[in-house]
Amino acid sequence: MASRVGRRSRNGLRVVAVLYVTALVLVPLGVITWRTVRQGGHAFWSAISSAQAVEAFRLTAIVAGSAVVINIVFGVGVALLLTRYHFPGKRVLSVLIDVPISVSPIVVGLALVLVYGPNNGWFGLPLHNAGVDIIYAVPGMILATTFVALPLVVREVVPVLEDEGFEQEQAARVLGAGAIQRFRRITLPTIKWALAYGVVLSIARSIGEFGAVKVVSGNISGSGQTQTATLLVDERVEQLEPGAYQVSLVLIAVAVIAIIVVSVIRPKENVS
Amino acid sequence: MTAADGAGASLRTRDALEGHPTPVTGRRRVVTGSRLGATSGIGLGTAVLWLSLLVLIPLAAVVAKATGGGWSGFWNAITTPAALDALRLTVLSSLAVSAINAVMGTLIAWVLVRDSFPGRRLLEVVIDIPFALPTIVAGLVLLILYGPTSPIGVDLLGTQRAIVFALLFVTLPFVVRTVQPVLIGLDTEAEEAAASLGAAPLTTFRRIVLPVLLPAIASGTALAFARAMGEYGSVLLISGGVNRARVSSMYAFQQIQNYDYTGAAATATILLLVSLVVIVGLDLLQRWAARRG
Amino acid sequence: MSIKAVGVVKRFGQFVALDGVDLAVESGRLTALLGPSGGGKSTLLRIIGGLEEPDAGTVHIDGVEATGVPAQRRNVGFVFQHYAAFKHLSVYRNVAFGLEIRKRPKQEIRRRVGELLELVHLEQFADRLPSQLSGGQRQRMALARALAVEPKVLLLDEPFGALDAKVRKELRDWLRRLHDEVHVTTVFVTHDQEEALEVSDELVVINHGRIEQVGSPEDLYDHPANEFVMGFLGPVTRLGDQLVRPHDIEVLANHVDGAIAAQVTRLQRVGFEVRAEMSAGSDEPWVQLTRGQADALGLDPGSSVWLRAAPHAASLTLQGCEGADLGEDGLRGAGPTEPGGAGAGPGEGRRGGVGAGTAP
Repeated sequence: MASRVGRRSRNGLRVVAVLYVTALVLVPLGVITWRTVRQGGHAFWSAISSAQAVEAFRLTAIVAGSAVVINIVFGVGVALLLTRYHFPGKRVLSVLIDVPISVSPIVVGLALVLVYGPNNGWFGLPLHNAGVDIIYAVPGMILATTFVALPLVVREVVPVLEDEGFEQEQAARVLGAGAIQRFRRITLPTIKWALAYGVVLSIARSIGEFGAVKVVSGNISGSGQTQTATLLVDERVEQLEPGAYQVSLVLIAVAVIAIIVVSVIRPKENVS
Repeated sequence: MTAADGAGASLRTRDALEGHPTPVTGRRRVVTGSRLGATSGIGLGTAVLWLSLLVLIPLAAVVAKATGGGWSGFWNAITTPAALDALRLTVLSSLAVSAINAVMGTLIAWVLVRDSFPGRRLLEVVIDIPFALPTIVAGLVLLILYGPTSPIGVDLLGTQRAIVFALLFVTLPFVVRTVQPVLIGLDTEAEEAAASLGAAPLTTFRRIVLPVLLPAIASGTALAFARAMGEYGSVLLISGGVNRARVSSMYAFQQIQNYDYTGAAATATILLLVSLVVIVGLDLLQRWAARRG
Repeated sequence: MSIKAVGVVKRFGQFVALDGVDLAVESGRLTALLGPSGGGKSTLLRIIGGLEEPDAGTVHIDGVEATGVPAQRRNVGFVFQHYAAFKHLSVYRNVAFGLEIRKRPKQEIRRRVGELLELVHLEQFADRLPSQLSGGQRQRMALARALAVEPKVLLLDEPFGALDAKVRKELRDWLRRLHDEVHVTTVFVTHDQEEALEVSDELVVINHGRIEQVGSPEDLYDHPANEFVMGFLGPVTRLGDQLVRPHDIEVLANHVDGAIAAQVTRLQRVGFEVRAEMSAGSDEPWVQLTRGQADALGLDPGSSVWLRAAPHAASLTLQGCEGADLGEDGLRGAGPTEPGGAGAGPGEGRRGGVGAGTAP
């Protein structure tokens, strides 16, 4: 309906939407970028190339990388189970996968400490006695990051597998393809874009995880052993040390690149 | 010349017209799945084991720790003045944020789907940034804009308004991204039909569009509420430290720092309960919406 | 309640959907807008209904200027191809919608909806949701919904387009009967020439944003104004310098004046009729015969015969450009089993040419 009234109210809605998003997201991002730029290239370089910062980026890469790999394997496997098989408890499994979406990162961290903590954890104490430390060490940070990014791959892959149905795989089976061949030649090409989408989201989420990692990292600052980039930002702000803006800008750049990649991958369904 | 005058208009073979109604279940998929074999059985076993080690057992440990000292211990832990203050701030802020999101998220989704203007693509991308941005960075960004050194001269440090701003930032995509696909799939003919039947644009939205969008708005809002309830990173810096605007997750973190694991677990149990209610509620809502077609 | 559109122009970007259209629909008539997809007929209907605004031109409904009046104040009934059912409302509430908007008393709404559901034979489905109805039932619900507000005019946009062939034929019949009793001025859009010929009082053929011809179905079939109209309303074939309908060609065993010598190249029996493909010089006309005629002539592939247009045949003489644009395949493709080839626009993209055929 292209009446004049309709056009005016449409313009009004457009202005409200654009202003809201600009004020909420773009202006704050612009301000931090401006402040960082004002401090100059030298400050930027020294802030992100200090030993502490390099170690934090390295640890972030290790933790996020491990969590993403684990979630790819787990995510694709569970997506196949949920769409290709019948078994009791399927709905419960499906609901459980979604739990990390809405659980507070602090709850995640605490939960892992209570089970894997070296002093009083259910499994943590025996593991500690056997010489394996999880909490206050890298494995715990990987666990925490894996937990929070758990549903991302599954939730992207499941709808695609549901839409595609079972027929192609059955046809391949009739043509003599084994399970691994079917997965590589039929299933994987089918889900590759959804998987890529889920992986990019997982990477962004994993790099950015803060609360859960903060709890399980045990705040061993200075030594740099359990400090990821997000924890470094927190520390520098709280200790009023310089360099928080610069590290943040790197993380913002990673996030924006991830979102742009995602928007390119996303199927063009929303072109109206 | 009213239509009712023609009440006798006859149908030659009514049965042909009545034929083949679509099944009551609408377009729910018939899932063609098989039973578990050896490989898939092992796969399921592994998945369940992993999920137990990562999610189930740890979350159970939280509840066990919280209630280990009996219900009265649990009750005392969550009803201390500090815990109640934190919970009140968290719930009120989350409710406010949910309400704003329900309206603004729907509005933004509408603009993204129904409008076209230069910059629409950019808006589309910007909506997702809060998903991908580390929460602590979001917090720092908001601290710069609304903190003591604010370039616009608004110092909200330690106020509830600052908390609300931070939560609005991180929950921006939820309602937009749940409403958008429904809006894309919505048939504009129904709206045109309503208009031709005499409904003004606002009436058409309220009576034709809104009822269809409502399940999606509800799930997006519920997700935003759950996320807001548990949020930590983005509110940390702007909250202004220990004794000012402290939300429940911050309160729990401080208890962990003080090695009060039982107290932290009690607060965590409340937060966990909220998320479980939301997730299970959403699952039920989705099934109900799918049944309704 | 008459409809009058004058000089209506509508563009979508570069595409000209309507190029200065004048249309007059008399009160109480059932008028069909017929033409290929993309020809502008739906756009014209939507402009009459107020769902689109014209770039130029005016629309009058019942003598009152309606241009610029939003749809919700035009009091027209509009029926869509895909039903546009309000999915969350029951059949009863769907039909009651327009009356509720008009804040009619509950009592009156109940009575009126009851009457309409009876009219469309859905009285026992009042409490169902649209998703529980078949396509034909949904479209009848949509019709009842449109009629409920006692519209000045009823506009139907490809109302049977989404239904399967059998239901479509039933509803088409039923619409004709309904109109005979309700007499509301009705305009419906279709690309199916059989539907248009069967149902309408008056036919408007639209192509490339222009009206090609207006008249009664018989008029247009027997006296097409141009090759496009002739080709769109039924099968055509070329005989010498004339376009003729295949059933209007006489097949003779002996030579008479004006007859053309031809040879049978192929015979195809379709039920009671016989389709004979011929070769006459460079032309390849085809003729539609009854089985009796074919048997009496003793036709076989290879038989030599004489062809001429029947004395009362509707025909068009080709001018100047003999054979130039006349895709032979195109003409032969418009076979008797698929007259006019619904939808596949004959001559689309070749306005004014002789391309009155359907691509196979």
